[in-house]
Amino acid sequence: MDSRRAPRTASDPKVRKVGFFTAPPDRSLSGPPDHPIFSFPTSPPPVVDNSSPSAGNSLSPVMIPPPRHSSATLSPLRRDSAELFPPSVSPTSPASFSDDVAAAVMGRGAVAASSSLPGGLGFDIAAVKSAASSVPASGLTTVSVVNNLPIGISEKGGGVAVEMQNDQSTRSKSLKEKTTKAERRALQEAQRAAKAAAKAEGGKTPAAASGAAASVNTKSTKSVKPPPSQKNDNATVAASEKKGGDRPPEKDRKKEVPQPRMQYDDKSRVEKAKRRAVVKQTEARNRVELFRHLPQYERGTQLPELESKFFELDPMHPAVYKVGLQYLSGDICGGNARCIAMLQAFQEAIKDYSTPPEKTLPRDLTAKIGSYVSFLIECRPLSISMGNAIRFLKNRIAKLPLSLSESEAKTNLHSDIDRFINEKIIIADKVIVKHAVTKISDGDVLLIYGSSSAVEMVLLHAHELGKQFRVVVVDSRPKLEGQLLLRRLVGKGINCTYTHINAISYIMHEVTRVFLGASSVLSNGTVYSRVGTACVAMVAHSFHVPVLVCCEAYKFHERVQLDSICSNELGDPDVISKVHGREDINFLDGSDNSAILQLLNLIYDATPSDYVSMIITDYGMVPPTSVPVIVREYRREHLWI
Amino acid sequence: MWWRSASFILDKQQNDAVPKLRNPPDTLTPPSPPPLSMPDTLQNPNPQNNISAYYQTRAAHHAVVTSDWLAQAQAAVGSDLDGAPETGVPTVAGKPFSVIDEFNSWRKQPDLAEAVAAIRALAAVIRNCQATTMMELEIELKKASDSLKLWDTTSISLTAGCDLFMRYVTRTSALEYEDFNSAKSRLIERAEKFGEISCKARRIIAMLSQDFIFDGCTILVHGFSRVVLEVLKTAAQSKKLFRVFCTEGRPDRTGLRLSNELAKLDVPVKLLIDSAVAYTMDEVDMVLVGADGVVESGGIINMMGTYQIALVAHSMNKPVYVAAESYKFARLYPLDQKDMGPALRPIDFGVPIPSKVEVETSAWDYTPPQYLTLLFTDLGVLTPSVVSDELIQLYL
Repeated sequence: MDSRRAPRTASDPKVRKVGFFTAPPDRSLSGPPDHPIFSFPTSPPPVVDNSSPSAGNSLSPVMIPPPRHSSATLSPLRRDSAELFPPSVSPTSPASFSDDVAAAVMGRGAVAASSSLPGGLGFDIAAVKSAASSVPASGLTTVSVVNNLPIGISEKGGGVAVEMQNDQSTRSKSLKEKTTKAERRALQEAQRAAKAAAKAEGGKTPAAASGAAASVNTKSTKSVKPPPSQKNDNATVAASEKKGGDRPPEKDRKKEVPQPRMQYDDKSRVEKAKRRAVVKQTEARNRVELFRHLPQYERGTQLPELESKFFELDPMHPAVYKVGLQYLSGDICGGNARCIAMLQAFQEAIKDYSTPPEKTLPRDLTAKIGSYVSFLIECRPLSISMGNAIRFLKNRIAKLPLSLSESEAKTNLHSDIDRFINEKIIIADKVIVKHAVTKISDGDVLLIYGSSSAVEMVLLHAHELGKQFRVVVVDSRPKLEGQLLLRRLVGKGINCTYTHINAISYIMHEVTRVFLGASSVLSNGTVYSRVGTACVAMVAHSFHVPVLVCCEAYKFHERVQLDSICSNELGDPDVISKVHGREDINFLDGSDNSAILQLLNLIYDATPSDYVSMIITDYGMVPPTSVPVIVREYRREHLWI
Repeated sequence: MWWRSASFILDKQQNDAVPKLRNPPDTLTPPSPPPLSMPDTLQNPNPQNNISAYYQTRAAHHAVVTSDWLAQAQAAVGSDLDGAPETGVPTVAGKPFSVIDEFNSWRKQPDLAEAVAAIRALAAVIRNCQATTMMELEIELKKASDSLKLWDTTSISLTAGCDLFMRYVTRTSALEYEDFNSAKSRLIERAEKFGEISCKARRIIAMLSQDFIFDGCTILVHGFSRVVLEVLKTAAQSKKLFRVFCTEGRPDRTGLRLSNELAKLDVPVKLLIDSAVAYTMDEVDMVLVGADGVVESGGIINMMGTYQIALVAHSMNKPVYVAAESYKFARLYPLDQKDMGPALRPIDFGVPIPSKVEVETSAWDYTPPQYLTLLFTDLGVLTPSVVSDELIQLYL
């Protein structure tokens, strides 16, 4: 996949693809395709006649819900169809619409018989045929047909879409791209909307034809995924519009369309809306296709906005607000620090909380906390440790006996949070330090990467014990967190070597132990940590250097993750393209807006458990294979009680 | 191969009502004299620094010590080695009751593993304890197990056995709600049960592993392990046809002893020098070794040479099976070979070694879990990663 994908991301217009797809056959064709409909691979952004409509198609990420479901995407047929569609979008504005439609058709097509579409609408049969030839499935053929219709529609659609387009800018991001990677949330909502739309539309007949189609297009399923049930992401979106049977949903879609807009336009809105807004901001930039499903937040742009919205925000507690801003500005980082800050903010909020009349504390407070959390999410995606802590807190709230008075309940929660911070983080760290120190012996050379508070404590404690060891601090751009850590270590008199990760294979041969921190450890033993950790661990493994991961057990998560793609966080892409204070090497200046340049600044990566020798946690030193045991045995009893 | 699954075999095992190898001779336990206070035993009663008690125990248990080795060992250690642990613990001799004495008396039974002896001794401690509260009893027990552990700090199974006993016996919270006497009798009951389980462990393992030994197979064994011997004996008794390659097991030649035992059972045996393992590996169908300790990663600590055999077997895709009782599961996690305290032993090279030449005298090595196929334990046939699960469930 990767190889295929890479090229595409570089030169192609953004095309929505679902699941695994092959690279577009001809990239070289990028010139305007003869047949707008079928020229998918080629269609370059410039081709688009009506920029606005095309943009409309692309729509904000929110609108493009990529449904990940289903086998349908996996089936070869689907895949083919998906490829076909995308190209059509770009060339002409109408074409772009058609794409959407086509995509919609696909989704529908699978469900509904192809027959309905072709007959009703005056689509190009030839196009259909060609499509059909390429893809055996009838559903696919229908899709192609659909493309033609949209032309009339396009204008309307364009109008609608325009607002959304702003973010995306000139680039016509094909629906597919977005859809594939669109945020899950967006998806869900879109799907919901789509369902509703589909129901409403059901009444309409295919005969509506161009006029109807046009209207439909405007809503363009893109914004909302019409057929949630249908598998193909792209297809589903478009499908809802076009499919003969499905068509009826047009009306509904129209209704719905405004919603997403409103949501992300109105940033002061509820958390979800805000989140979308964040995404929207990032949309303007080129984003790597694989990671479109992740929210990208740009520093600097959000802060003023949020500040200006301070008074509009739903009653947000100042403490929470403060923490949120600190996340946003990067003043608080590190799993433990963020978690503690959040919990303490919640403590404050709970202290000042009073149950509104006619509501019960557990319910109302849970909702409150929920709204705080979504605010924090908007500021920065939650870490898994925070997720666990929130789960703990909500659980505590839910378990509060109804008989408790409000003040008692609040005191209870307060002390619960204190206990959590104390037991799960502070004491856990002490235990980890105690264990880890036993693995440091005189003469060791310890390699550390990133800046983990637990690892730092281990080193300091070992130093206090008088162990003779040397530390290799490995660092990486752009954060260079290692320098801070290095400063503290050197300040304590520890013998250090500082290097960048580029030199890892050189330095590794003299290392006897690698100590790493972790943002989370997943239940297949995968260590989810600062990007670069996997690289360090792999090199260490190939040098037969033991890799020790220090991680508090409250950061364990029962999820299984095999790669760094499906769940991750995107940092500010600017920081990797620009080196602060080095004007002479900022070669990328000015190419920021290039449509074919995409910057990827991942924050985390996943280290396979094969490369981890040991996980040091508050339950002792365990092999990575035992993480699920700890999650199973202790999660319920300690964390969730 | 479903019938090889541990649970199935265990069920079968229970149904078969396996004859108990030995009934715990509870009656033999010495009469209970005055309460034991043994601060004196807390200092290491084992004075030799040069030779680990681990090695002594082995030497005492495995009679295959050559005379020249003995001579050298004696020269190295001093006069009172003699392998007699009793002489090593003179300080306690006068005391009315001491775990160490108890332990030693149990230890003299040749078939009884060290850890089981310790478990028995600790059970006797409970029985003889005159404490009147649970707390006192626990403290007493703790002291006893500490002194036992100190007696031989290099024996993993001894330490692990003591720890496990403590966990097993004192774990229930229900004990807190009973009056002292019934709680104590409950403890004794558990202690006996644990001792019994430990005694039967070898038998259970032998039964469990039978399905892995098929007719016509060639088994490579390393060192002398009573569990492995039991496994092979059971296989031979059930008329399986197999042959065994024994490594020599330098320097204490434990392989020789094993080959002697096997020859008595009419099992075809071939003796290899330790360095011939790779040479013969392609004829071998499986490697079967015992373990001094099973560590948390699922790896094993065993007699020197196990690691290289496992490496060779791994590279030739031969299965490596480990037979080990569950009381050898230790809360240790060595990261590499040097990450554990060495158990030293003298090595006889047959010629005088110039004093400038250094000799590697460690008695064991650590085999990481990725080179092991399965562990035969009395808890069932486990993959290495399950060891940690079991340990976590036991200790946390």
